[in-house]
Amino acid sequence: MNDAWGLMAEFATADALLQGARAARAAGYRQAEAYAPFAVEGLAEALGFERTRVPLATFLGGLAGGLGGFFLQWYSAVVDYPLDIAGRPLDSWPMFVPVTFEMAVLGAAFAAVIAMLAGCGLPQLRHPVFNAPDFELAMRNRFFLCLPAHDPAFEPEAAARLLASLHPLRWVEVPR
Amino acid sequence: MSAVQPPVSRETPVIGPGWGYASVSDKIADLVLTRPVRWPWLAAFFGTLAGTLVFVAATGWLLLRGIGIWGVDIPVAWGFAIANVVWWIGIGHAGTFISAILLLLRQKWRTSINRFAEAMTLFAASMAGLFPILHLGRPWFFYWIAPYPDRMGVWPQWRSPLVWDFFAIGTYILVSILFWYLGLLPDLATLRDRAHGRFKRYAFGLAALGWRGEARHWARHQSAYLLLAGLATPLVVSVHSVVSLDFSIANVPGYHSTIFPPYFVAGALFSGFAMVLTLAIPLRRAFALQDFITPTHLDHAAKVLLATGALVAYGYASEIFTAFYSGDEFEIALTLDRFTGFYAPVYWFMMACNVLAPQVLWWRWARRNTVLLFALSLAINLGMWMERVLIVVQSTSHDFLLSSWGRFLPTAWDWIFLLGSLSTFAWLFLVFIRVLPAISISEMRELVRESAHEGRA
Repeated sequence: MNDAWGLMAEFATADALLQGARAARAAGYRQAEAYAPFAVEGLAEALGFERTRVPLATFLGGLAGGLGGFFLQWYSAVVDYPLDIAGRPLDSWPMFVPVTFEMAVLGAAFAAVIAMLAGCGLPQLRHPVFNAPDFELAMRNRFFLCLPAHDPAFEPEAAARLLASLHPLRWVEVPR
Repeated sequence: MSAVQPPVSRETPVIGPGWGYASVSDKIADLVLTRPVRWPWLAAFFGTLAGTLVFVAATGWLLLRGIGIWGVDIPVAWGFAIANVVWWIGIGHAGTFISAILLLLRQKWRTSINRFAEAMTLFAASMAGLFPILHLGRPWFFYWIAPYPDRMGVWPQWRSPLVWDFFAIGTYILVSILFWYLGLLPDLATLRDRAHGRFKRYAFGLAALGWRGEARHWARHQSAYLLLAGLATPLVVSVHSVVSLDFSIANVPGYHSTIFPPYFVAGALFSGFAMVLTLAIPLRRAFALQDFITPTHLDHAAKVLLATGALVAYGYASEIFTAFYSGDEFEIALTLDRFTGFYAPVYWFMMACNVLAPQVLWWRWARRNTVLLFALSLAINLGMWMERVLIVVQSTSHDFLLSSWGRFLPTAWDWIFLLGSLSTFAWLFLVFIRVLPAISISEMRELVRESAHEGRA
């Protein structure tokens, strides 16, 4: 038992997993993990996930893209390469709006995707849960609750009792 | 707990009855993984591949000889190539509309059509991105439009809509790829876990980036997906608006009109939804997806066609009205030339395709008749292409001075490039439907759960 990465229970429905996640949270687990083949509403919150930083990163990315895009145009049109065309103003900011807008969207979109991947720690091609039996069904039709051994609340016998009390299809050890 | 059975879908407008998580996953994944290659697909694949090779060869000839091989000349310096840009980018817009705007509006009928509509967007936008480059005369210098500190010491002209175009279309293609890939990530993991061959497991495994469906990952994924949808919504409106500014900022009669941005966006959605139907109707039949792409989906798409078609018709009416109301004799002359001049047959044929033909969609039986819808979608695609040609060509053929009137007649090369780009688009789409899941699997599982719950309540 000591060399296991954690214990994992397998369920057939999203509601069963949701209940399991709540039970794990109630039992003091802070790093329990739940695996579902689609986005189950409320599941991350049931595990104690508070908020994602993806929106903040998106906003900052958009800001950087927009400011950068505007600065690029202003600098090149006013400072580095001023073209005097019949005395028209060099800093013709209304004409800089389209490119500024596109750059803001581009910056925000890249920031959103990068922040999502970074927040999840992806790409990560190897992970102990992939070794668990039946886990190839996690992206098909099965739902898994994993109590990892590195959680401070983890205690092998209690964890096993908790999982068994949830009446899963089965529960197993996840080898390291 | 274990006595609780996994949900099974009930009969709803957007999904057939009797589908569960497993069956829905296997059905869509196996279209990619295990379905044998059959002769209709092979015939289409090799046919369009031949067309693609012709397109590549024609591009080589164009690089060698210059754009003189097309029918463009002064005064009509913009011919099919520019009309094709506008047409292709417009087709792409329906994909973004379905995946982004309908997501924000919580329209369930988008679920089964968004993936291939996004693929359509990517391929159409790629075709659109190609034509302005080919049209440059010296295409190998296309990167001069990008701002980079070059040794010539010059910068792009930021007040030119052509520069805006570069940024708009470039951003559009990149954001579409991100959006598409983000949605694809969980499905790639499904394919990785289900694939048998070593190569497929590795390929899908690498592309899935190790996605394992953890709840916190899903939460971030949902957040990023919604944000991208929110970003793509104004983006899609901006792209065709910027494309229309290529014309309306010029003072040529027929170009210089404030209605152009919304008129172009409406036309984009109109032609794009027509293309969605052109692709969806054969796809659902060939892959037996009638339970996922139901008559309701086609019905809704047809209603969007009817609505956007009305907007386009309003655009036509407004152009005519504004020309006469303005009293500008050049605008009036141009409008009369549209009705009766050299290009009048194109104009009236376009009217028949874009304004008259879609009126049949007021009737429910017409919206549910797949053969009719398919034929209509082809007519609208053709009509919208003619609209773009008419705007580009007829306006410059008939501007202010009699001495600068002229006619554009397409050469064989103009047609080869148009048909070649269509062929390349079709080829890319055929490859896509055999290599990646054409319907979002994870969202279909969600739909199974929702439909089962609705049935219970």
